[in-house]
Amino acid sequence: MEKQDDFQILNINNSLYITRLSSKFLNRKPYSPPDPKTIISSIPGTVLDILVKEGQLVGKGDDLILLDSMKMQNRLKSESECKIKRIRVNKGDKVSKGTVLLELE
Amino acid sequence: MDKKSLPGDGVIIGSGTIYGSPVAIYAQDFTVAGGSLGLMHSRKITKIMDHALKMKIPLIGINDSGGARIQEGVNSLAGYGEIFFRNTISSGVIPQLSVILGPCAGGAVYSPALTDFVFVVENISKMFITGPEVIKTVLGEEISMEELGGARIHSEITGNAHFYAKSEDECFDQIKRLIRFIPGNNTLKAKCFEPAEPENLYNINNIVPEDPTLPYDVRHVIRSVIDKSDFFEIMEMYARNMVIGFGRMEGHTVGFVANQPMEMAGVLDVDSSDKAARFIRFCDAFNIPLVTFVDLPGYLPGADQEHAGVIRHGAKVLYAYSEATVPKITVILRKAYGGGYIAMSSRHLRADFVFAWPTAEIAVMGPEGAANIIFRKEIMSSDDPDSVRKQKVEEYKSKFANPYVAASRGYIDAVIEPSETRKFLLHSLKVSENKDVTLPAKKHGIPPF
Repeated sequence: MEKQDDFQILNINNSLYITRLSSKFLNRKPYSPPDPKTIISSIPGTVLDILVKEGQLVGKGDDLILLDSMKMQNRLKSESECKIKRIRVNKGDKVSKGTVLLELE
Repeated sequence: MDKKSLPGDGVIIGSGTIYGSPVAIYAQDFTVAGGSLGLMHSRKITKIMDHALKMKIPLIGINDSGGARIQEGVNSLAGYGEIFFRNTISSGVIPQLSVILGPCAGGAVYSPALTDFVFVVENISKMFITGPEVIKTVLGEEISMEELGGARIHSEITGNAHFYAKSEDECFDQIKRLIRFIPGNNTLKAKCFEPAEPENLYNINNIVPEDPTLPYDVRHVIRSVIDKSDFFEIMEMYARNMVIGFGRMEGHTVGFVANQPMEMAGVLDVDSSDKAARFIRFCDAFNIPLVTFVDLPGYLPGADQEHAGVIRHGAKVLYAYSEATVPKITVILRKAYGGGYIAMSSRHLRADFVFAWPTAEIAVMGPEGAANIIFRKEIMSSDDPDSVRKQKVEEYKSKFANPYVAASRGYIDAVIEPSETRKFLLHSLKVSENKDVTLPAKKHGIPPF
């Protein structure tokens, strides 16, 4: 049998296997359901304009943020009627994928 | 630019032999306009590609190119297209090897991706579609060339590279070694070498622990059955839970596919399925028999795996084994559970010979999981669920955790002692030498790419 030092336990169908775990497995992102209370950037880019203010009520389909990405201007729209709780970015910010842009109430 | 003289237009082509086997080769020269690809540059490459296909000899491409020669505009894109087309048309007819000996960006990396084997060298090889500069200006993300697409990244993370070397010399040795294991084209069999016994380094009876949850190195099993114990592993650093590579048995090249219990318990997952399936198809295309060693708990559970499309990727293994018409011999070393059992060259996918060691257990899942489901009511309604569960697990183990149920159905041809494995493999390979299977006529199948 191999050296035991870096072996760990992997549970598959209630059987506990003694094995090495890959870095991909150890670094995997646990699933978290999308949070309807936040607007996140689904692509990296630059915030060209913020079209809402904190405390503002917006309707479904209203424009929230103008994001410049891959040479395109993307309009991020509201998916439902809601109130803007907090704006987490400034005009001109470069944001990466998954950055929280707005918080909703 | 028009007036500038570019020696050889940045690429040289030719042919030669490796241990007597003819090969065609091109090599890009980064010192000439960054190895950039223009129309003439591409015409030289396609000339040697056409030659290789006509002569039915392997093609080796030494890639060291910054990408398209922008000054030549659409002509350079046309040049790339001509290369990609030939890579595709030659695929499965002649072996194609790509050696990455510099930073290769943009179009320069697609040709290697279409070829059968990609060789990279530490600190020298870099491959990416868009480089760090573009990523920084467009996305604001900072990453070095090495972290983005260095030799290690492509060997460990992306799976784009098949062979990793610490120096160019080591890389060239790997190329020469690979050429000796494979035939020159799809109408030939690999060259037969002088038969030799395995080296007596491994006691095959003691490699695999009986307890199905304990780890071991399956490569020891492979080495203990092949000539000189000389195993040439492919994609050693990628998806280590699956081992693939070449060895010889009585001088003949054999492709080995094996679950690796000491890495991720040997599960099938997105990466290991992709790795195995491509290798199986290479072996099938080039008349190399397949030997599969099975010891796996099934597929890796997890939202990340499901969302990454493990259904589609896992199906590649089913497809590749089912479609392969080369001799297929399977040895079930220990556990073979669920979909993993079916996928790993089972009788049902037309394995020609299926053997099992006495430690083999073929079942829908491991005893713990199965007992919990089958005897749920009895366990739940008992005053002492833990002891009932244990008892039921033992009951399941004694009934199903053995090779004899599958053997009684004809899914296994023989239960053999580990020490008999080489003997049975040699016999099976001998008997399969003239195997002749024709699949239904079709233009081509549609594998789950």
